[in-house]
Amino acid sequence: MRLLLQETRALTMRSVKRLSRERISMIFGLIQPMLFWLILFGNLFQKTAQIPGFQAPDYITFLTAGVVVMTVLNSGLSGGVDLLFDKESGFLERLLSAPINRNSLIYSRFIFVMGITSVQILVILLAAFLLFGVYPHSGLVGLAFIMLVGLLFGLGLIAISLTLAFAIKGHGNFFALMGFLTLPLIFLSTALVPIQAMPGWMAFLAGFNPMTYAIEAVRELIIGGWHWGHLLKVLVVLLAFDAVSIGLSSRVFHRQVG
Amino acid sequence: MKAIEIHNLKKTFGEKNVVENLTLDVEKGEVFGLLGPNGAGKTTTIRTILTLLKPTEGQVTVWGHDVVTQPRDVRQVLGYVPQEKAVDRFLTGREHLILVADLYHLTRPEAKKRIEDVLALVDLSQKADELVNHYSGGMKKKLDIACGMIPNPKILVLDEPTLGLDVESRIRIWDYIRRLQKSGLTILMTTNYLDEADQLCDRIAILDRGRLAAMGSPESLKKGLGGDRVTVRFGPGRNRLEELSDALKKELAFVNGIKLSPADHEMEIRVASNEEAISPLIQKIHQHGHLILAIQYSRPTLEDVFITYTGHKIKEDSALL
Repeated sequence: MRLLLQETRALTMRSVKRLSRERISMIFGLIQPMLFWLILFGNLFQKTAQIPGFQAPDYITFLTAGVVVMTVLNSGLSGGVDLLFDKESGFLERLLSAPINRNSLIYSRFIFVMGITSVQILVILLAAFLLFGVYPHSGLVGLAFIMLVGLLFGLGLIAISLTLAFAIKGHGNFFALMGFLTLPLIFLSTALVPIQAMPGWMAFLAGFNPMTYAIEAVRELIIGGWHWGHLLKVLVVLLAFDAVSIGLSSRVFHRQVG
Repeated sequence: MKAIEIHNLKKTFGEKNVVENLTLDVEKGEVFGLLGPNGAGKTTTIRTILTLLKPTEGQVTVWGHDVVTQPRDVRQVLGYVPQEKAVDRFLTGREHLILVADLYHLTRPEAKKRIEDVLALVDLSQKADELVNHYSGGMKKKLDIACGMIPNPKILVLDEPTLGLDVESRIRIWDYIRRLQKSGLTILMTTNYLDEADQLCDRIAILDRGRLAAMGSPESLKKGLGGDRVTVRFGPGRNRLEELSDALKKELAFVNGIKLSPADHEMEIRVASNEEAISPLIQKIHQHGHLILAIQYSRPTLEDVFITYTGHKIKEDSALL
């Protein structure tokens, strides 16, 4: 156990050090969701708030939840990228030739990516408050639950990303698949429009998208409603999503590295 | 107990046999070289020893530990220097070493001392806190070796340690390898440079298409070819070299064998390793009334060994260069 902690800490610190030296990519990673989604998209689609059945006071308030979860989606799905590059550069081989518990490779990724994701969520919420006056009406407890929902969704995504990083040959293919997955997941969710405004078949598919659940819960917490029953249901759905993706991931991982 | 024992190793990827019936031992304290062109099965053999691949058949033990049933014990005694670029360009040299030290579970004080030692060993102390991004190829390789030495291994495994390096760096790396051997380390390395194997290795195994083609010290393998080679060229016209060849074999004790060129104006004579053979050889040829146009004396190289055992040169495909 002590050994596992030492390994995991060392591997996590490596990612932290890398990040601190890639300042440009860190800054753009933080600014991109705010600039693109909140400011541009939010203003462009303000009229969406006039759709019948729209519950939020305005579109920005509505969209904030979507932007939070989309950021979780992006960070989570790129959680396996570093591992992919380690695999290609041979660095992974160096790590695997050491007498480490194989799981420390995975744990360190989870810890690092979830840490980054937490910071991103907080920064987005802060920006939404400073720029548009949007804040979680459910208070600090609500903020804690927003983080929890985000991280539970992120957990499963990281597992999927790690699985693909191990299963797929070449980073070209990996990024192509990621690009292919991301947009449908966003459009088949309630990130940008409420479910009432979707064509029937899209609304139907959105019901199977774990992202929809995460967004709905975050949105309620931002607008200010406490719907404990719904929140609990969302947490169960996300836990199931995590269990499936982690189960899959661990099978692929252990087949690859023993 | 040997450092490494490989018994009947076979590794198959899909339909393809990459390594077949490989049996060899590495003695403690020796520098052992796996020599062969790309695709010969060197890297697969190394990866099996490192527990990164499971053998399809056969048994591999490292320092008495089985690679399949006791992989962690095996990893604990091995230091590994991968083929190339296995460095993270956003970390400094020292950060690499700290990471590796943690992965081998050194305590803080142990790690600190060990890191200073290996940095001094590869002359990187001055550059330890610079990002690897700014390192030259030779410096990256030095860092690779330093990482491999962090766990204070019993056996250091180097995969193509000087591939793509400039001459100066190569010679320096060779020097480190010799120093490490002197300190009692067992070293297993792969290479497709014949001069490197000749310079460094106590024993080599020549691998070709997944099979062991020959094994022994570079000296014994070269001697096994039948001695030094004297190539004599004669003028044009009918030389009746067969008669001469028979005569030389009969009359000179040090002649081990003779090969004639089809064009009847060149003969290749294997002589017991001794340059003094030249003078009596020339005399004898003159006595038989032949006129020598040119004569060349050469010691056998590992290249000759390689060609003899595999039937081809080591670098036939230009991709290796």
